[in-house]
Amino acid sequence: MSTQQVAATVSVWEGGRSPYAVNSKKFGMWLFIVSDALTFTALLFAYTYSRVANPEWPKPFDFSPAIIFSTVMTFCLLSSSLTMVMAVQAMNRGNRKSAAGWILATMACGAGFVVLHLTEWMKLIKVEHVTPFTNPWGVPLFGGTFFALTGLHMTHVIIGIIYLGIICQAIVRGKFQPIDVEVSGLYWHFVDLVWMFIFPLVYLMSARV
Amino acid sequence: MSMHVEEVAHVEGAGTLTFTKVWMILLVLTGVEVFLGYEQFPTLIMLTALLGISVVKAALIIAYFMHLKFERLSLFLTLFPMLVFCIIMMLVFLGDATRIPLMRPPQ
Repeated sequence: MSTQQVAATVSVWEGGRSPYAVNSKKFGMWLFIVSDALTFTALLFAYTYSRVANPEWPKPFDFSPAIIFSTVMTFCLLSSSLTMVMAVQAMNRGNRKSAAGWILATMACGAGFVVLHLTEWMKLIKVEHVTPFTNPWGVPLFGGTFFALTGLHMTHVIIGIIYLGIICQAIVRGKFQPIDVEVSGLYWHFVDLVWMFIFPLVYLMSARV
Repeated sequence: MSMHVEEVAHVEGAGTLTFTKVWMILLVLTGVEVFLGYEQFPTLIMLTALLGISVVKAALIIAYFMHLKFERLSLFLTLFPMLVFCIIMMLVFLGDATRIPLMRPPQ
């Protein structure tokens, strides 16, 4: 039996090989994303369960400006995913300067999202008098589930901006490899992905037209 | 699929045009969601429609932006069936939420 035939019959799962053919950093990020996805699922489930179980659930989001605001926030995050993909592509081509530019654009979109989100929060807290424990509509679960879910997501966005900032300044100085940019991109796309569920389930389901 | 180990940082799977198309599809789907939110259908119909569209959007992001479409099938099979199973197990309890309002004593 030739060497090639032996290699073809040995399973990739018998050791000494990489069955997924991905970098270990990338695989580690995927494992983190799967576990984080379960955390967000639990919070989204808690919100949706409370929403369906309470017919008197409040509808605090006026179509204008709250829904329009959150639609612009969705646009910011979707666009930031596109710029992140461009950053990964530029880095793969070896163009570090272009990659840093695209990462900065991604960070700007993320920062725009956070500013708009905080504006929305401030309106809820100061004008509508909603806190995590009380609100004028007598459904305290609304504040608890809303602030826990959107707060955790906003924390992820802020951590993502810091993470991308670290990657950006390092690649400009010639440090890090394309895989590091790709792994940070995976995290950023996940943050975008989570918002794709929060936006319809939290905002659109409680829109006041 | 190749049996050889490929320790490459990145495999070119899709070009800029493909990513731009995916981004535009995601924007259109977001527009459809906002339209549904404006029309205000009954809660369960809204919930089903919005969740359906969100799953499609999530699949597009995972497949193209997160590059999973171009990874080995073994990676997908290791990560996702377990995740989907856990999520479905959580959703089993959602039916209770629809019964709770009916079980409240009259005031």
